[in-house]
Amino acid sequence: MRRKTGIGAAPDKTPVVLSLKDSNARIVYALDTNAARAGLKTGMALASARAVVNAVHVVEADLPADRAMLDVIADWCDRYSPFVALDPPHGLLIDITGVDHLFGGEQAMLSAIRRAFRDQGFLCYGAIAGTEAAARALARFANGTIAAAGDDAATTAPLPTAALDLGEKDTHALVRAGLKTIGMVAERTRNELMARFGKEMVFKLERALGLREKPISPRRILPAYAAERRFAEPVVSEDFIADAILGLATSLTEVMEERGQGARLLEASFFRTDGAVRRVEVETARALRDPAVIAKLFRTRLDALADQLDPGFGFDLVRLAAVQAERLVPETVGLDAKPDDEKEIACLIDRLAARFGSHRMLLFQPQDTHIPEAAGVAVPAQHADDTDLDWQVRADSEPPRRPVRMFAHPELIDVFGASAPDGAPPFFTWRSVRHRVVRAEGPERIAMEWWQTYDHKPERDYFRVEDESGQRFWLFREGLYMHGAPERRWFMHGLFA
Amino acid sequence: MDTLLKKIEGTKAFEGTRALLNPISGESRQRPAIATGHVDADGVLPGGILPGVLHEVFAGDMSAAACGFAAGLAHRVRGKKRLLWIRQDYAALEHGEICATGLAELGIDPSMVLMLRAANAPDVLKAATDALSCFALGAVIAEVPGNPRILDLVATRRLTLGAQNKGVTAILLRPCAHPEPSAAETRWTIRTTASAEHDEDWGRPCFDAALTRNRHGETGRWAMEWNPDDGVFAKPADQPATDHGPVAAATANGPLAAQDRNWRRAG
Repeated sequence: MRRKTGIGAAPDKTPVVLSLKDSNARIVYALDTNAARAGLKTGMALASARAVVNAVHVVEADLPADRAMLDVIADWCDRYSPFVALDPPHGLLIDITGVDHLFGGEQAMLSAIRRAFRDQGFLCYGAIAGTEAAARALARFANGTIAAAGDDAATTAPLPTAALDLGEKDTHALVRAGLKTIGMVAERTRNELMARFGKEMVFKLERALGLREKPISPRRILPAYAAERRFAEPVVSEDFIADAILGLATSLTEVMEERGQGARLLEASFFRTDGAVRRVEVETARALRDPAVIAKLFRTRLDALADQLDPGFGFDLVRLAAVQAERLVPETVGLDAKPDDEKEIACLIDRLAARFGSHRMLLFQPQDTHIPEAAGVAVPAQHADDTDLDWQVRADSEPPRRPVRMFAHPELIDVFGASAPDGAPPFFTWRSVRHRVVRAEGPERIAMEWWQTYDHKPERDYFRVEDESGQRFWLFREGLYMHGAPERRWFMHGLFA
Repeated sequence: MDTLLKKIEGTKAFEGTRALLNPISGESRQRPAIATGHVDADGVLPGGILPGVLHEVFAGDMSAAACGFAAGLAHRVRGKKRLLWIRQDYAALEHGEICATGLAELGIDPSMVLMLRAANAPDVLKAATDALSCFALGAVIAEVPGNPRILDLVATRRLTLGAQNKGVTAILLRPCAHPEPSAAETRWTIRTTASAEHDEDWGRPCFDAALTRNRHGETGRWAMEWNPDDGVFAKPADQPATDHGPVAAATANGPLAAQDRNWRRAG
């Protein structure tokens, strides 16, 4: 199933060509209809083109922009089917298995797509077939054909050999040998062809005949469940959109309930009439199947968006998809059941993550490391998976060994007069303030991960010190004291309560 | 209806139904105060920290002492429920991250603590208001450094109402700030206190806590120590005993007596 787009014709009669620099020569990359009528061909040198038609208008080809445009068009084609793949430089492959009935059949769907592209100003060649190679060949050389199911070979047989996309040399060789159509090539035995042209050529032939398939991979992850709604009149108002999302959430959750699943990652896609697509994602901490909660989360997300959802001339299609789904066992609620605290916390996490961003809503997870700044790391709450590790229980009747506040990056301090080898400094200067140490405890030696051969950090000797005002600090000396070694550096790592 | 209520009154299982049948009971749910553990402070406070209202903890500098004090208060008030700590990005960079192992060393289970990093002060307030509507939380600590304009009387009033709504205690932690008018139930100013001279051990965290505003009582200033094992505040053990044992009564006439009274000496 394939579409091919080209460049539309200019309104006036001047031939327009796109030029591209190809190994020190400028060649004609693309033509418009006027240029084609004038006898120019793609691939000819620009100088020759100028010789044929003097008043040709030359525009520099912008390949990255073409590729970006192809991405935008592929996004827009998401409205037809979620399975869209790029076929560079100018093509798209859309797998319409199972969705063509939504558009009134294959013929109606192909016509609708080509008309939509024409309205946008694109020249579109399209065809439908059972395999991607057959569809590509038909689109290029027999625009608008729809191959019947299983009938690819017969449909592609009359196409010229160039439709096989073998490269200039091989195609020329086949035509010279008298095999002018794909059907003629198919009549030869495979062994002959393989001996002369190689295995790859035979595979391409078989793909064009619909006998062999090459899987295509979609651009975007295919959602597990999706519900969509088309509007005859494009919608602009926020309330309407919110209602639509609630309705879609209801249908989506009905389907998920039948399968016993709940959504972990939901995506709402808004398709504008002028082609732009806007997607908004909502993540949840636990599998969710409540339509009201889903609608509320999307409402919060849309309100909190930095750049508001711009409807332009209106949205004509809104789709709600559960990109990731998980098994969800329904809970039976008793008459006297107390409200579930865990569920309420999960709702709170989802709500705050939807409003402020899922990277801001954190919880603490124990890590399998003894490096202090990595030990009690806060991770995003919605991505936290269950871990087997437990928090280290504090030693009873011991004062706190770790500070309540720790700097992610220890700060360098100036230290004066630390007695070697294990002494705490009597004075230190941190953030331009000098502190006199009244009381100190330590050292507590924490070796960094010595098994890492790369980026090996030296051991740290940690001290708990208290200054004259009663503030308590956690600082360390990096590296062991060694006689004759350069002065070791000291760092401030944390503050005790 | 009354007989029905009396029948089900006995059964605890139908407490929820009872609440359903009596939505407007008229009694304002007066939640009991939770003792801090420091005898003098609890005496001045109405028995302890009142849950379901707003408390403020101030500090003149970025001290971690105020941080620890607020964590201690929150730990007292939350019971078995979780605690949400809302911090600004700025605080994390300037003052340091809240360390999970540090919380564990203070006796607070880190798996019961949720953290929200907000971009700025208005976001902190928005998040706090949102979180106070979740009854599954025990306490919400909102950390806002400095005196931003957004944190005015109206904002604190909104926080108080939010706290009263579902009974979640709100604690406003304000490092590097000076006290302002607010609708808080209590206001504390925390300073660090030097450990006693004679104390050999490192000692528990000790705060110089000044209760500068108390809606239902007087103010006061105490040295409060945090006991990480039991999770309560206490009087520092090394405070000099006030009772010196029996002393002889001061004489009525003698040199000491003359100093006490401002008598005019005649002659």
